[in-house]
Amino acid sequence: MSTSIFFEHLVQEDRVHRSIYTDPLIFELEMTHIFGGVWCYLAHESQIPRADDYLTAKLGLRPIIVVRDTGGKLRALFNRCTHRGARVCRESRGNARIFQCPYHGWTYFNSGKLRGVPWPEGYACDFSEGKYNLAQVPRVESYRGFIFGTLNADAPSLADYLGAARQPIDEWLDRNPGGRVALSEANRLKFKGNWKLAYDNAADGYHVVFSHRSLLETENRHAADPTKGMSFYMGKPDDAPMYVQYFGRGHHFKDKRPNIERRPGALWEIEGAQPGMAAYERLIRERLGAKALRALDLAASEPVNINIFPNLSILGNHIQVFQPLAVDETESVWYATAIVDEANELGGMAEAVNAIRMRTQESFPNFGEVDDAANFEEIQKGLAACEDEWVYMHRGLGIPGRVTELPDGTLKAPATDEVFMREHMKEWRRLMTTRPNIQLAR
Amino acid sequence: MSYVDDRFYADIVAAFTDWQRPELELTDVATRDECRRLLEREARLLDEARFEEWLALYAEQCIVWVPAAERPGDPRREVTMFFDDRQRLQDRIFRLRTGKAWSQVPPSRTVRMVSNVEVFRAGQRLMVRSNLLLTEFRAGETRTLAAWCAHRLASGKIEAKQMNLLERDQSLRNPSILL
Repeated sequence: MSTSIFFEHLVQEDRVHRSIYTDPLIFELEMTHIFGGVWCYLAHESQIPRADDYLTAKLGLRPIIVVRDTGGKLRALFNRCTHRGARVCRESRGNARIFQCPYHGWTYFNSGKLRGVPWPEGYACDFSEGKYNLAQVPRVESYRGFIFGTLNADAPSLADYLGAARQPIDEWLDRNPGGRVALSEANRLKFKGNWKLAYDNAADGYHVVFSHRSLLETENRHAADPTKGMSFYMGKPDDAPMYVQYFGRGHHFKDKRPNIERRPGALWEIEGAQPGMAAYERLIRERLGAKALRALDLAASEPVNINIFPNLSILGNHIQVFQPLAVDETESVWYATAIVDEANELGGMAEAVNAIRMRTQESFPNFGEVDDAANFEEIQKGLAACEDEWVYMHRGLGIPGRVTELPDGTLKAPATDEVFMREHMKEWRRLMTTRPNIQLAR
Repeated sequence: MSYVDDRFYADIVAAFTDWQRPELELTDVATRDECRRLLEREARLLDEARFEEWLALYAEQCIVWVPAAERPGDPRREVTMFFDDRQRLQDRIFRLRTGKAWSQVPPSRTVRMVSNVEVFRAGQRLMVRSNLLLTEFRAGETRTLAAWCAHRLASGKIEAKQMNLLERDQSLRNPSILL
């Protein structure tokens, strides 16, 4: 059986086979075909703002150093000594012009170029040959601060890869002063489950009132009229104006903004109570008068989920990164973002806004994501029932008029539709049956 | 209703900076024992899920701070695992009590061990350093969380607790219990 027939069988119109979440061999193939085949999110530029700043990360399972080199160029070096394979950098982040392997002392410039080896007279080879430089990801690009990399020489440009998803990313950035954000610390979780369980969930409007019931009840326990947080999912979410959209290439979007009135202060009004909100709100209103509402809305969560296949979700004010660790283990890191107001658009109130924004961003990872992660773990456990082979994602399928194809070729459906899952699974299947043209630079 | 404002933040950040100075250490056995008993009571009430009684150990204007950074900075500029005032602690308790907080259905069973208690004077208040070893069993698995804690005490109540988890900057599995 060819791999293409194999994957045709595993991803069907209405369902996928359990093994795509449980089979270690499929996971190993994904590390090449998915995480080696498409543009993956690596880091944010605000984490490495100066020359020689670096952080260590992973591209799939490959250890990498994301660095702004001495010349200012963004690179993703394989964190693997050319000599014997040890990781040359063991810190999570820092600033360094040179990396020295602790094992035998080989040194590399942060461009990846070999700087020297101890006692070179013991070697007959010519070390000026590029073959001894650190391997690196050949294509690394930033889209407005989001750094992506791909090993695939045949991948489209990053802008083309992001495609229609660029518009909501632009809107998400442009609501902030200067059209930018800076990463802060993160809420970091991991779960014993396959990475796709988190990606399948990323635009899922069906789970919200069930998986997050405790969060909704908590947010609304003091509200006179339960409208806080994601309460617009109560009742029949498919009747609400929010929608889910599929952009192609595995990217999707859940846009909840239409549920909220388009006027300054509307976002702030539905934000649940968090420490310090009242005092900073008073301060911001006193200082900014009529302009206060714009500032307060920046402290509130932006109601969008913009999901960039395979490992990035921009949601609320967070940049969430999915990091596969094994077929049944995944990290889900929720980087908080802060406002950087260089042009002082907020009348000196940026720090006050950030002080609220830090607390509002702690809410979902602590009160919501933990319950999703528990459910992902329970799926992974449930899938051990190997004779019960299928996982269904057919909500909305076959109902005439439910999914609309827009003029730009994207698909739009009601909020609880699983069309986005079916579509990213088709893309997954296409990638798993296409051999990427993987190249390393040195 | 939250009492957290900019001055409150500044006070907390200052209180948890540079307080473990040898010349401020209290060696008085009775005081140390009183502090140790308070921490042990806190551990037991949390282990027994007596959350309302646990919260009663805290001053009206309290904070529980669990940093997420390797080197914790100012919580006004960085997210934390907990920067909970009384309201948010009550929210956590309320959420756990809904029966629909799936990360705690069924709930974790925990055992907390408190040790290495050291007491420091901080003006009219006390700062207490302790080590915590928390063993958690849930869904068929047992794990351990270790931390050093700093409790700021006034008039026998806990005004603020900072819990510095060993793995604070690492991804944690199911971080859903009250810390």
